[in-house]
Amino acid sequence: MSIGVEINALPPEALPIPSEAGPASKRIVVAYGFWIFILSDIVMFSALFAAYAVLVHATAGGATGVQLFNQGSVAIETACLLASSYTCGLMTLSVRSRNYAGIYLAALVTFVLGAAFLGLELREFAGMIARGATPQSSAFLSAFFTLVGCHGLHVTVGLGWLVVMMAQVSIKYITPAVERRLLCFAIFWHALDIIWVCLFTFVYLIGVRP
Amino acid sequence: MMEAQDARASMSEAQHGRAPGDRPTVTEEGESSGFLLCTIGLLLAVILTATSFWVANTTLLWTPGIALGLGVLAIAQMGVHLVFFLHVTTGPDNTNNVLALAFGVLIVLLVVAGSLWIMNDLNANMTLPANQMNMHMQY
Repeated sequence: MSIGVEINALPPEALPIPSEAGPASKRIVVAYGFWIFILSDIVMFSALFAAYAVLVHATAGGATGVQLFNQGSVAIETACLLASSYTCGLMTLSVRSRNYAGIYLAALVTFVLGAAFLGLELREFAGMIARGATPQSSAFLSAFFTLVGCHGLHVTVGLGWLVVMMAQVSIKYITPAVERRLLCFAIFWHALDIIWVCLFTFVYLIGVRP
Repeated sequence: MMEAQDARASMSEAQHGRAPGDRPTVTEEGESSGFLLCTIGLLLAVILTATSFWVANTTLLWTPGIALGLGVLAIAQMGVHLVFFLHVTTGPDNTNNVLALAFGVLIVLLVVAGSLWIMNDLNANMTLPANQMNMHMQY
C-alpha cells in the first residue's frame, strides 16, 4: 500500500492548516529558491535576446546571419541538448530510486551529449571567426556572440557541476544534501534546454528569413 | 526508512506545495510513471523541433506566416519542457512555482517587447534622411 495514496485519501481537515504546519521542508525551500534564480537568469537572457533583436540588421556591411549560420549543425546541437535533457530526467528518477548504476550511466550520457553540443558550438564559432566574422566586426555579431556565448558558458558551468555532483555521489552517496543539489542541477539543465529552444527558433530559424 | 521519507515528503507536499523538478506525489508505480512522463515529453519535444525545422525550410507554406508559426511552436515546446521535464503543473501543490514563473514571464515580455517598441520608435522619430538613417543603423 502506497503511503502517498494513503495521505491523499485523508480528508483535508486531518492535516494541519499551512499556517500551523511549521516551515516547509528544506528540499522544497532550496528548490524553490533555485527556481527563483533560474527565472532571474531567464530574465537576463531576455535582455540579451532584446539586444540581439534590436541589432540584428546592424551588420556594418559585413556578413549577415543568412551567410553565416549552418542549419545542419544547429539541428545536431539541438538534438544533443534535447537528448541530454532527457537523460538528465532519467538521472533524477534513478536518484529517487537509489539506483547508483543508473545514476552514473545517465550522468555519463548527459555529460557526453552536453560536451558534444559544446564542441559543435565552438566549432561553429571558430568557423565564423576564421571567415572574419569576429565579435568586434559589427553590432550584430557582438550581440550574437554575447547571446549564444552566454548560453554556451552556462552549458560549460553545467558540465563542471555535473562532474562535481558525480564526485559527491561516489564519495558521500545520496545524502539529503546531495539529493537537493542533484535536484537543483536537474532544474538548471532543463532550463538551459528551454533557453536553447528560444535560441534556435529566434536566432537560427526566424533570424535568417528575409 | 524509504517509506518514512516518502511519507514525510507527502505530508510536506500536502501543506507546502511541491519543489520544482520534483515528481508528482509518490505512488507505488512511481518509477514507471515518471519514466513514461519523461519519454512522452521527449517524443513531443522531438516532434515539435522537427516541425520547426521543417516549417523553416519548406516552400509549401504561406511565407509571411512562417515566423509566427515558428514562434508558436517554440512556445509550445517550452510548455512541454516545463510540464514533462520540470513537472510544473497547474495543480494546487504547484501554486508557488507557477506564480513565480508567471512573474518571470511578465518581466521577460516587458523587457523584450519594451526594448523593441522603444528602439523602433527612436528610429522612426529620427529626422535623418533615409539613406543616412541606414548608415546610422549599420554601425
